[in-house]
Amino acid sequence: MKVNGKILESYMPMTVEGLVLGAGYMLDRVAVELNGRIVPRSEYPRILLKDDDSVEIVGFVGGG
Amino acid sequence: MADELIIGKKRFNSRFILGSGKFSLDMTRAVMENGGVEIATLAVRRANAGGEGNILDYIPEGLTLLPNTSGARNAEEAVRIARLARELGCGDMVKIEIIRDSRYLLPDNCETIKATRVLADEGFTVMPYMMPDLSAARSMADAGAAAIMPLGAPIGSNKGLLTKDFIKIMIDELDLPIIVDAGIGRPSQACEAMEMGCAAVMANTAIATAGDIPMMAKAFKLAIEAGRMAFISRPGRVLLKGGESSSPLTGFLEDSK
Repeated sequence: MKVNGKILESYMPMTVEGLVLGAGYMLDRVAVELNGRIVPRSEYPRILLKDDDSVEIVGFVGGG
Repeated sequence: MADELIIGKKRFNSRFILGSGKFSLDMTRAVMENGGVEIATLAVRRANAGGEGNILDYIPEGLTLLPNTSGARNAEEAVRIARLARELGCGDMVKIEIIRDSRYLLPDNCETIKATRVLADEGFTVMPYMMPDLSAARSMADAGAAAIMPLGAPIGSNKGLLTKDFIKIMIDELDLPIIVDAGIGRPSQACEAMEMGCAAVMANTAIATAGDIPMMAKAFKLAIEAGRMAFISRPGRVLLKGGESSSPLTGFLEDSK
């Protein structure tokens, strides 16, 4: 799958929550888009990712 | 009666909106506190894994966060960024910023009107950043904008109120708060904007590129307050020619001869 533009190989089934926590993000500091659609936080544990998924994980940074 | 800035459903005592870009994270709190700021803008970007050094940990509690849609090149991208920002859980305010031109970084008013309509319909409090143009601003107001943010000069230029006359027209003709955003480089320019009736001033680079950053934040705070007070006080008239004595004209040296 693609995560923030980079290819990520995963050999085990992984949920959105597994991906986010596994990469070291804090759950309450990111928003996740799966194939262009926002995933509500409550659904992170339920959604299993597939090989052809594209995931964006975003957060706030300083900006004017 | 308190002189409050009202944007959508929220009320503010400060009229200084501060961008949080270009500062070191460690300086963020001092700058916001020195500026007496109640609204700070943020950008949305791909998150760094590890979650270290998150800007939210450095912004004082109680501030209203105003995410921008920087990076968007059209209405669709701006809407996407705004929705992600709301999902991050910091309220429903958004500053729409749509830029196609990478040299001068000027905003695209047409796309901004479209994004304003979509996001206002979705319940966002929408503050569009725009080229100061009265008819575009009217369209944004009709589309549901809660405030209009015309630029004073290109982003990050510190050139000041180059568009002053056009911003004044918008202040005179529109009922929404007009907030100068971008280009303001000096406290005197922020003061001038407030004196002519702007509802607030937004700045970032002017402070971030100053020699003493926290002190410049304070200078802006005082200038914006002074300008606001001057506006409320209604500045005195300007004589077209000649002078007018401030002291009584009755002489007394002649009388004692």
